[in-house]
Amino acid sequence: MSIVDLEAKIPNNVGLRDNKRLLLALEKWQPAFLQWWKDLGPSDFNMHDVYLRTAVGVGKGGWAHFDYVKMPDYRWGIFLADGPEDRKIHFGDHIGAPVWSEVPGEHRNRLRRLIVTQGDTEPASVEQQRKLGHIAPSLYDMRSLFQVNVEEGRHLWAMVYLLHTHFGADGRDEADAMLQRHSGDPDSPRILEAFNEPIETWLDFFCFTTFTDRDGKYQLASLAESGFDPLARSTQFMLTEEAYHMQTGENGIGRILHRTAQLVREGKDPRMVGAMPFEVVQRYINFWASRSMDLFGGEDSTNASESFASGLKGRYREGDGIYKDPRAMDATYRISVPDGDKLVDKDIPLRRAMNAVLLDAYVADCTRIVSRWNRDLEALGVEFRVRFPDKRFHRNQGVYAHYKFAPDGQLIGEGEWTRRHTDWLPTQADRDYVKSCMKACYEPGKFANYIAPPAMGVNERPIDFKYVQFH
Amino acid sequence: MIEFNTHPDRYRHWSLRVDGPAARLELRVDPEHPFRPGYELKLNSYDLSVDIELQDAINRVRFEHPQVKVLVVSSAIDRVFCAGANIGMLASSTHPFKVNFCKFTNETRLSIEDASRRSGLRSLAAVNGPCAGGGYELALACDEIHLVDDNSSAVSLPEVALLGVLPGTGGLTRLVDKRKVRRDLADVFSTLAEGVRGKKAKKWGLVDASWARSQFADKVAQRVKEIAAAGEDRSGREGIAWKPVERRVTQEGSTTTYAYGYVELAIESETRAAALTVRAPDSPQPKTSDEFHRAGAQAWVVRAFRELDDALCQLRFEHEDVSLVLVHTRGSLDAVLAAERALADCATIDSAKGDWLAREIIALTARVLRRFELTARSFFAVVDRGSAFGGVLFELALACDRIYALEDPEVEVAVGPLAAGGLPMAHGLTRLQSRFLAEPDRARRLAQEQPRMAIADADAEGLVTFLVDAVDWEDDLRIAVEERASLSPDALTGMEANLRFGGAETCDSKIFGRLSAWQNWIFTRPNATGERGALVSYGKPESASFDWRRT
Repeated sequence: MSIVDLEAKIPNNVGLRDNKRLLLALEKWQPAFLQWWKDLGPSDFNMHDVYLRTAVGVGKGGWAHFDYVKMPDYRWGIFLADGPEDRKIHFGDHIGAPVWSEVPGEHRNRLRRLIVTQGDTEPASVEQQRKLGHIAPSLYDMRSLFQVNVEEGRHLWAMVYLLHTHFGADGRDEADAMLQRHSGDPDSPRILEAFNEPIETWLDFFCFTTFTDRDGKYQLASLAESGFDPLARSTQFMLTEEAYHMQTGENGIGRILHRTAQLVREGKDPRMVGAMPFEVVQRYINFWASRSMDLFGGEDSTNASESFASGLKGRYREGDGIYKDPRAMDATYRISVPDGDKLVDKDIPLRRAMNAVLLDAYVADCTRIVSRWNRDLEALGVEFRVRFPDKRFHRNQGVYAHYKFAPDGQLIGEGEWTRRHTDWLPTQADRDYVKSCMKACYEPGKFANYIAPPAMGVNERPIDFKYVQFH
Repeated sequence: MIEFNTHPDRYRHWSLRVDGPAARLELRVDPEHPFRPGYELKLNSYDLSVDIELQDAINRVRFEHPQVKVLVVSSAIDRVFCAGANIGMLASSTHPFKVNFCKFTNETRLSIEDASRRSGLRSLAAVNGPCAGGGYELALACDEIHLVDDNSSAVSLPEVALLGVLPGTGGLTRLVDKRKVRRDLADVFSTLAEGVRGKKAKKWGLVDASWARSQFADKVAQRVKEIAAAGEDRSGREGIAWKPVERRVTQEGSTTTYAYGYVELAIESETRAAALTVRAPDSPQPKTSDEFHRAGAQAWVVRAFRELDDALCQLRFEHEDVSLVLVHTRGSLDAVLAAERALADCATIDSAKGDWLAREIIALTARVLRRFELTARSFFAVVDRGSAFGGVLFELALACDRIYALEDPEVEVAVGPLAAGGLPMAHGLTRLQSRFLAEPDRARRLAQEQPRMAIADADAEGLVTFLVDAVDWEDDLRIAVEERASLSPDALTGMEANLRFGGAETCDSKIFGRLSAWQNWIFTRPNATGERGALVSYGKPESASFDWRRT
């Protein structure tokens, strides 16, 4: 693809036309990206027309455009959110200084690491979800899946833009490496564990978009506070799209629970009609919620402290002035750490606890989601209530890794864990059962039996709209 | 007292598995059991307790498992090799402890290289995940480094960038001297906290091979097989049991005494002086290979030098303010010389290349003598009536900063058969060569003739610092002690390190000479350990702040 084509094909507000370096880098990277999409994206569906939203600008009124498009022709754009001209760094050691529009040398490596780690997750989820189209419960859901996929692809572009524009040859290498690591590849796995877990069913997909993409929201939000302005503005705009992904998850699980509740109320056993028993959904939630909480990293983290101190990664909504001390210098944060067979409180410097602070905001958010589901269950008159697992449950990272906790956060022994973990996490039988329910339903307006239809369609289209046109 | 004795059954941090010609040493640091409370050993980071086990394991492979030809060092934790020395431990340690910790870990890594050089025990680091700082330095001490290539595992030396100090276990020296990495690439590597991955690491010479994760175990196993097939066959004789060193510590008034079988270290806290006494064998000693194998770790030379080794470690870690050690020997000079003669003979005559155990014992003796010379205390040998400064014990005298000898016709010293090269110093020279840099012929002649001399003749040969008349003896010694103890301990440490190693350099001596001098300087500078120093600030809310003036 020539430079002229590139400029025409890539919607952007970053002055791509005049950015020689970026154009040259993209000229090489863009074909590699398309190749990757063909090899590891939802490639079995590349020939179909999908009713997709494409970001075309950053204006509040009409930032997106809806139309049928074949996914390989999707116009992956590069956008920075608008920001005030004279933004100042508003947390950490450099507070009050003007934000950086170029990479500060002293923070270059850390910044690159942050961007690479974030960027790596974007194509990872596309890889994880590439086969789900074959078992889509409806055209509506299939469209959602592809919308999520193309936008994760665009998020990769956003991170690659930063690497290409600000990190020279290293950045170009890192951008290439994002297409070389693959989810679940034993030789070259994705950087973070949750992004190597297989997503084989729509229950996994909805859990992933609810909980793992929500980690993404919090990571992006904390980077949107960054003193490195291009990163802050890129991630700010990504959040706009991310909201839809989480909505997809929340609605998906909500609709699955809704369907099960209907069946239960009718006195039917969900298992007899290919729907999802409540306890199976709960176990999937437990699994994905705990994997996703691992993504926040250690509760006591020098790395997190350094990223905050250097003004690269703030707290959630740091800029809204909701925290007392934007330097976070003197305060401490209390965590309960295992000590023998009990938990003891430990105060650590607040800066070192930034991952834990972000995780707390995440947990509060997840709890709100869960209560929305529960309100619906209550309205439907069933007794079952979803519980969000405690942040200590089933962790592989941080202070609770290597210990066993029940979903309510009680420290338990190995014996109890061995006896009860199949009550708490998906068993092989659960997985087999959920897989057995996965049957494609491609008729407009029809839905697989385990999931209720949504309340409304996309972009004011009806529910039975032909969201995907097969060719 | 620090317990340096341990056993694979009691290891908390390592596991040692011997499988035919390969020994697998796997690191799985127990974070809950640091050397002292106050920090957690996360991500396979290490402290002294981890290194004590490593030292024990290497000695055991050398002495208990002579059939082993290749030592594979790896991690038992998936996707983590080793994060290096624990930063919390370093930041909260006193300066002397830090220095001695680094010294000990350096000696352990050098012993891996020594095993390769002297015993043909090759080593291979199978780096299965991130390998940072001291973790990479451990890998650097191995003959080969194999790195998993998974687009994320890197080798790194993050000390300069993250902590404002240097890699403390020879990392920089081994990069350019041992691995011959180009200096500009080494410069880039040593300032890049996140390190270098897979193919680039191989291209830069930071590792010998990089393999995809799915191939890694097979490729390493295959390479281990190749190395084992090429190695020297030491089988045919069983190993010997590596028994614990027994000691009794007593305290009487201001004197603390470490009493061993053949060694005694008496520390006088008021004068900040210590007396180290090594006794000659007092029972029949092995004369043949068979007898050495039967005696095992009970042979005099093994016991005496292991006890000396333990005493030196206790002295370094537990008695920081001792300035001067007077080194005595007691017993029969004949017995010492006979024991050494038998050892030297067995090392060379039993087979084409000699008996492995005898050679291993000589290598051990050489290591202990090097530990002695690398100890930052003044050592004065005291040659008097009843002393037994012959052979390996005369080496001990030559390792001292000064030799005080009583002018007495009954006092003798003797050069032994190992003086000619069996016990090289850290910088590769013999102690005679190093002593007589201006008179290489004299060094050669003494090593060849191995004379047993009356002390006056030894003095004439330049082997005595002060030959003291009996009437002045006690007073002169007292004054020597008092004078030495009054001098600045720092200046003495630097001066001695300068003077002890004249004439040559090796990778080993550079590691200690350059790196420990620079590192120790950096450790005490405010930029590292001041209130806002980088090492102290690491993990704290405040970022480091530097005094930007360069020296």
